[in-house]
Amino acid sequence: MTQINKLKEVIEVALLTSSQPLSIEDLVKLFVEKTDRSTIRMLLDDIRNDWQEKSMSLIQVATGYRFQADLNFTEFLMRLTPDRAPNYSRAVMEVLAIIAYRQPVTRADIEKVRGVSLNSNTLRQLIEREWVDIIGQKEVPGRPSLFATTKHFLNDFSLKSLSELPELNSSLTKELSDSQTDQSIEEPQES
Amino acid sequence: MTAGIKNLAKVYGEEIELLPKDLYIPPDALEIYLDSFEGPLDLLIYLIRKNNIDVLDIPMANLTLQYIEYVEKMKVIKLELAADYLLMSAMLIEIKSRMLLPKPSIDSDEDDPRAELVKKLIEYELMKDAAENLNQIPQVGKDIMVAQSYFERVTEIKYPEVSIDELFEAWKNVLKRAKQFEHHQISTSELSVREHMTIILRKLGDKDLIEFSSFFNYESEPIPKLVVYFLAILELTKEGMIKINQQSSSSPIYLQLGEV
Repeated sequence: MTQINKLKEVIEVALLTSSQPLSIEDLVKLFVEKTDRSTIRMLLDDIRNDWQEKSMSLIQVATGYRFQADLNFTEFLMRLTPDRAPNYSRAVMEVLAIIAYRQPVTRADIEKVRGVSLNSNTLRQLIEREWVDIIGQKEVPGRPSLFATTKHFLNDFSLKSLSELPELNSSLTKELSDSQTDQSIEEPQES
Repeated sequence: MTAGIKNLAKVYGEEIELLPKDLYIPPDALEIYLDSFEGPLDLLIYLIRKNNIDVLDIPMANLTLQYIEYVEKMKVIKLELAADYLLMSAMLIEIKSRMLLPKPSIDSDEDDPRAELVKKLIEYELMKDAAENLNQIPQVGKDIMVAQSYFERVTEIKYPEVSIDELFEAWKNVLKRAKQFEHHQISTSELSVREHMTIILRKLGDKDLIEFSSFFNYESEPIPKLVVYFLAILELTKEGMIKINQQSSSSPIYLQLGEV
């Protein structure tokens, strides 16, 4: 076996046995001898190709690479684990969306958009899931906490970065900017 | 409140067959039956926003009554949805009441009272839509199964290497330490303070001035003996048989016979 094939196998097995996505930096650590990041990236491409026709695939998310079962197997796999991650309520998903698209936001910002006071349980669910965390305090009276989404959130939604979030409804975005007055809500960012 | 009704909404008596594509109407939506509008409240809000329905045409009392009935029904099934509609109804009422209030002329520059609320509505609509889209993304744990083969992480104990020299060094240390824990035999002293008092007095008898330090010959005398000498000097002084003199601090100390 050639040296390069050996490296590839080591990377593959590391990815298959890791519970967390592995970054290029993590993978470099696998080898005693200095290994170029470009080599690792090339090998990752190789591995991705090798697995193309199989039941698992290598994908890149925010904090690195991971192997996951192809989605058409989910239906079957779900039967093995009846108590999977919960389906969040509409309220939770709305709060998550507001944080994801408008971050960093305070509790008051979230309440302003939804027009109702925010149940602290809703935020707690998101924080416990490690999708959302507090990244600081807004320098206004009361110094309210600023919430933002985490890398873990990106990983769980298979996103490499926030820019990969689904685009906001363009007609609504347009409507919003048309109705924009001086005392405006922040300009929505589409990126 | 069945799926069938969902496609049937009436606006000013005209039926709407096709719902707007950018509007999400949840199952079990609140259906409103008014003269000017029949259908889910979501749609009503949507149409008001699009200026297809004049908010002034909506009898709020009637809408509120229907909302309360709806809450009663939804209590069992999905109270959360009812809360969403409370928000919508409240907004409608606020919009309408603002529209009905006479506007003072000074404030004529002010925007349409609906503008701010409409903006809020749109922003909320936008986020609701975003939440829907977000929920469509496959999630780890729910839709995505991440690979994790079993790998037994055996932590191998790495033994340090030891040379024979180090071993010898260690053994020497053990011996050294063992010495410190040796038992000491303590025997009663055969030295008598009285006896040494006599020796000192005798010496002083020969010379009338003797340097204090001359009694303490560290090299030749064993420690106990030095201690006894010291005790003897103290004893003699106490009994007034000798005197201890010193000219100034750190100058030599002299002993001489006391004047008894």
